Amino acid sequence: MRFSRKYLNIPYIIFLLLFVIFPLFVICYYAFTNGQGEWTISNFTDFFTNSKTLGTLFYSVLIALTTTVVCLLIAYPTAYFLAKGPFRRGAVWVVLIVMPMWINFTLRITALKELLSALEGNLAYHPFFNTILCMTYDFLPFMIMPLFSSITKLDPQLWEAAQDLGARRWQVLWKVIIPMTMPGIISGVTMIFLPAMTNYVVLDMVYNSTYIMGSLIGSYFNAYDWHNGSMISVVLLFFIFAVYAISSHTAEQQTIQRGGSAL
Amino acid sequence: MNARRKVMAYSWIWLVLLFLYMPILVLAVYSFSESTMIGSLRKFSLQNYITLFSVPELKRMIGGTVLLALGASVIATILGTMGAIGTFYSRKACRRGVEIANQIPVVNADVVTGFSICILMIVFWHVDKDTYIPLIIGHTALCTPFVYLSVMPRLQAMDPFLYEAALDLGCTPSQALRKIVLRELLPGIVSGFMTAVTLSLDDYFITTYTKPAVFDTISTYVVNATKGAQTQIKTALWALSTVIFLLVLLSVFMMNAVLGQKSDKKH
Repeated sequence: MRFSRKYLNIPYIIFLLLFVIFPLFVICYYAFTNGQGEWTISNFTDFFTNSKTLGTLFYSVLIALTTTVVCLLIAYPTAYFLAKGPFRRGAVWVVLIVMPMWINFTLRITALKELLSALEGNLAYHPFFNTILCMTYDFLPFMIMPLFSSITKLDPQLWEAAQDLGARRWQVLWKVIIPMTMPGIISGVTMIFLPAMTNYVVLDMVYNSTYIMGSLIGSYFNAYDWHNGSMISVVLLFFIFAVYAISSHTAEQQTIQRGGSAL
Repeated sequence: MNARRKVMAYSWIWLVLLFLYMPILVLAVYSFSESTMIGSLRKFSLQNYITLFSVPELKRMIGGTVLLALGASVIATILGTMGAIGTFYSRKACRRGVEIANQIPVVNADVVTGFSICILMIVFWHVDKDTYIPLIIGHTALCTPFVYLSVMPRLQAMDPFLYEAALDLGCTPSQALRKIVLRELLPGIVSGFMTAVTLSLDDYFITTYTKPAVFDTISTYVVNATKGAQTQIKTALWALSTVIFLLVLLSVFMMNAVLGQKSDKKH
C-alpha cells in the first residue's frame, strides 16, 4: 500500500469508534436491560415515577439555571469592560481573569469553602446561596471567555451609527450590542448550564450532598448498579444533545476554550 | 470615555478579580502559619510545606497526577495530530464523520464520558482497573478531541502548495510531512498539548470511574480529604494550592515574556 496522508487518521478513527461511540451504545444497552440481561424499560419508568429522583432532576435544573443566570449577569459587564473599556494592556487583564481556570478546581473550591466557613460560621444556614456561590466561582471564567471574544469582534461604528440615528444608550445595548453578541452568550450558556447540571463535586465537597443529577450516577456506581447508572447517563445524554442541537445552530464553535489555552 | 464610566469599569473588574482571587490568596496566607482554620491567624510556620513534600502519600499522589497528565497528553497529541492531518486530506463524508465523533466528548458531560468508559472497559470487557489501562484511555478520550480542534485551524490556514513544492523539490511524502507540514502545525500542536495537560490535571469524573483503588489524582484526593478529619493533610493541601497558584503565575509570566519577544521581532 502506498503511503498517503489520508491514512494517518486511521488510528484516531479506530480510537473514536472504540472508546467514544461504542461506549454510548453500551450504556444504552445497559440502560434498557436488567440484572438478568432481559430487555426492560423499568429503569426509566422507575426514574420518572419516583418522587426522589424526579426531585433531583428538577433541583439540578434549578441550580444549573440559577448559576447560568448569575454567571451571565456578572460575566457580561466584565467581558464588555475588558473588550471595550478603558484598559491599557487589555491582554494582561484577560489573563488575570482566565488564570484561575488553570488551578485545579477542587483546590479552588476548598479555598472558597474554608473562607465561607470562616465568614458564615456554619455553611448549613444558606445552602442554596452557598451552592450557587461556589458554582459561580467555579464556572465564571468559562462564561467570560466566549463573551469577551464575541464582544471584541463588534464593530464600534455600529453603535456610533445607532447613536447617530437617535438610539439612546440602553436602546443601543438592547437592540444592537446584545443581539450582535448572541453567539457568545449562547456558547457561554451551553458551557455553564450542562456542567452545572452534572458537576456534583462542588455540592459533594461543600455539603456532602447527593441531591444533583450527576451524583445519582456516582451513587449507583458505588452500589455497582450499572443498569440504573446507565439509565441516568442516557437521560443526561438526551439533555446534553438537545441543548447542543439547539445552540449549535447559532453559537460559534468556541468549545475549545474549555481548556483555557485559546489565548 | 468619560471619567464616571472609567471608574465604574475599573471598580467592576476589580470586584470580579477580588471574588476570583480572594479565597486562593487568603488560603495562601494561612498556609504559611500554624493555623488549622481560617479566621485565627497564628505564628508563621513552614510546616505545611514540609508535610507536603515529605509525606509519601502526598508525594505519590502529586507525582501520579503529573505523570498521568503528561502520559495521556502525549498519546492524545500524537493521536489528535495524526487524526487532524489525515482527516483534513480525506473525502468530505469521512471528514464530517470524524468531526461529529470528535465533538462528542467535547459537549458530553464528563460524568457521562467517565461512566460510559467505565461500563465499557470494566463491566463489559472486564479489563482490570489495576492495569491503569481504563484510566489512561479515559484521559486520552477526554483530551484528544481538543488537540484535534487546535491543530485543525492551522491546517486550514496552511498554504496547500507548501507540501506540493516540497515533493517537487525531491522530498518523499513522509519527509515533506515531517519537515514541512508538522513544522507549520507546531503552534497548534503545542497549544493542543497544553490544553490536554490542563484538562487532565483538572479532571475529577473520568478519574473516579476508571482509576485503580490505590491510585489518586489531586482532584480525587482533595475531594476525599475535605470529608476526612485529618487536619495535617488538610492544611498541607492549602500549601499545595499555593504552590500550584505560584506555578501557574510563573508560567503565565514566562509565556507572556516569550510571546512578547516574538512580537518584538516581528516589528
